[in-house]
Amino acid sequence: MKITFPHMGNTYVAAKALLEDLGNEVILPPKCSKKTLELGTKYSPENICLPLKINIGNYIESIEKGADTIVITGSCGPCRFGFYPLLEQEILRDLGYDVDLVTFDQPQEGIIELIRRVTKVTNTKSPYKILRSGIKAKKVLDEADNLIDFSNSVRARAIDKFKVDVIINKFYKDIENVYGVKEILRLIEDARKEMSKIKIDKDFKPMRVGIIGEIYTIIEPFVNLEIEKKLGYLGIEVNKSLSPSKWVDFHLASFPFRSKEEKRTWKAAKPYLETMVGGHGRETVGNAVMYAEEGYDGLIQILPLTCMPEIVAESIMPTIQNDYDIPILTLVVDEMTGESGYLTRIEAFVDLLKRRREEIGSEDLLFGS
Amino acid sequence: MKTCYLGVDVGSVSTNLVLIDENNDVIYKKYLRTQGKPIEVLKKGLNELSKEMKDIEIKGAGTTGSGRHLASIVLGADEVKNEITAHAIASINSVPNAKTIVEIGGQDSKIIIVRDGIVVDFAMNTVCAAGTGSFLDRQADRLGIHISEFGGLALNSKNPVRIAGRCAVFAESDMIHKQQLGHSQEDIAKGLCDALVRNYLSNVGKGKEILGDIVFQGGVAANIGIKRAFEEALNMDVIVPDNYDVMGAIGVAILASDKTKKTGVTKFKGMNIANVDHKVRGFECQDCANICEVIEIMAEDDIISRYGDKCGKWTNSLEITDRTMI
Repeated sequence: MKITFPHMGNTYVAAKALLEDLGNEVILPPKCSKKTLELGTKYSPENICLPLKINIGNYIESIEKGADTIVITGSCGPCRFGFYPLLEQEILRDLGYDVDLVTFDQPQEGIIELIRRVTKVTNTKSPYKILRSGIKAKKVLDEADNLIDFSNSVRARAIDKFKVDVIINKFYKDIENVYGVKEILRLIEDARKEMSKIKIDKDFKPMRVGIIGEIYTIIEPFVNLEIEKKLGYLGIEVNKSLSPSKWVDFHLASFPFRSKEEKRTWKAAKPYLETMVGGHGRETVGNAVMYAEEGYDGLIQILPLTCMPEIVAESIMPTIQNDYDIPILTLVVDEMTGESGYLTRIEAFVDLLKRRREEIGSEDLLFGS
Repeated sequence: MKTCYLGVDVGSVSTNLVLIDENNDVIYKKYLRTQGKPIEVLKKGLNELSKEMKDIEIKGAGTTGSGRHLASIVLGADEVKNEITAHAIASINSVPNAKTIVEIGGQDSKIIIVRDGIVVDFAMNTVCAAGTGSFLDRQADRLGIHISEFGGLALNSKNPVRIAGRCAVFAESDMIHKQQLGHSQEDIAKGLCDALVRNYLSNVGKGKEILGDIVFQGGVAANIGIKRAFEEALNMDVIVPDNYDVMGAIGVAILASDKTKKTGVTKFKGMNIANVDHKVRGFECQDCANICEVIEIMAEDDIISRYGDKCGKWTNSLEITDRTMI
């Protein structure tokens, strides 16, 4: 059995660690690239959201590398993601690929079915073994996400920002050549050590921008045109409201009791949006409010074209912008997105934030506060 | 010898060159069609500039527009700024009380909200072109009139038709329908102006507090039909500044002037660059899965810039400071 899975930020690092730890052969899909997107766009429905198109591209590229089993998580939530496994299976079948698509869904078809799927993919029937590997994989995911957060903080302050990218690029390249939890953790540690040696400007206080919106577009750098890097180069410290490790906290680690953080987000969203609108719509609103309360300089919402939950959230953003006096920029991505227009908007947004800060700074001088 | 500052706006449709003096007043402007050849058109513009303007000394240069990075490499610019900031600077310079800036160009339309002389909010059209100059251009073509007559025609309308303006494609089919029903050209022209303004206000201007003074600039500001439609829709006066069509270039010239006055030096390579042979060539780097298209800009036989590689391997082998475009 040669297992593969779609790219979704750092998830693949942990998924690789987990499945390899359980003795599977893992075929990593090539990094998302223009080719991935082209393949996906060609074989997906025109109006579907961007993540599905990229998924399809990932699958085709992995199958060409020899994969015969695909693992994805499912979702019963009222967003199109809940429909992904079925649709993807159909598309692959139409293309004539004989692959097994295994979905880890919330057990609505019965817990026995879920156990069957889990044991199939994990190569073992021992719940203890699965749990032990799962905990280790969660550590890998946390560490990988922490590394990226750390890189964002360093990039904003680094004197030669390019050095950060060199380390991160090398890290992602090396991942493909190591095996299992232990080696991956060592790799992360090495990258972290290497990064802490980068010279930073200690007096520089970067502005902080929070990234909100649909999870996939936030965490997959290819899809959001590497927004963390672009902002970092402009001297902005980036914080992402969602990450794969947070997602696992929400949906698995605290199942069925929901995580504390999720409840906090919902509470923050309540004055603007009381109910679930699917996807991460409510979380986007809640996170916007929480970032604003924490004194962030600005927010950027990223969503794939035609994403219904995010459109609901987008329509609420002007109200939050007014109530909290915090600039919010919305960026929509799909396969038609032109990079230069995207960069122009980000640059102009950063200009605006800088001017605001200068203005506030001079007021402080005037009133001596 | 008169000292002045050069501003260049390289957009997808037009390339504009502007010279301003020490008081930020425009002393020269040139509007050219980009026609997909930004470097050639830029050099042509410089050539004409040096012929028409004698006895000047350029003490600073800035570039803006979607081709700003490319132009800055060719020119040696002191300031490279996005068009949103550049437009705002120019507007505030010409209308000090500006609170709302409406900018409609060939490909983009934007709204910039200014309070107390600083930009506090902006929005740009996202995925729709039904509110831009190219759209009007096309529809004028369909009506069989030149774009310069379009606005005047609209003003003569007594009974405007309502055109569905949500999307350029739908607007076009609705317009064909209205033509077939026998509506006059004036009424259709007015209907289109109203549709464009309605579309602009509900998509780009959505949720923004529009206060006067309103400045209307960009190529479309030449169209008096659109200006009138804005005034009717907002019930306020709309100001079109004298140099409405080259505001981006003015803005970045002002920024370059501010910067070089502080630093005292300029990176501008001089007017001779118009005679240097520039070439752009690209290749696909096959070293990893990204398969980046690496672009090289050559001046005669020297590589003066490289960009496009995600990992920076090629870019980094040259001495380059501007990495924001990688």
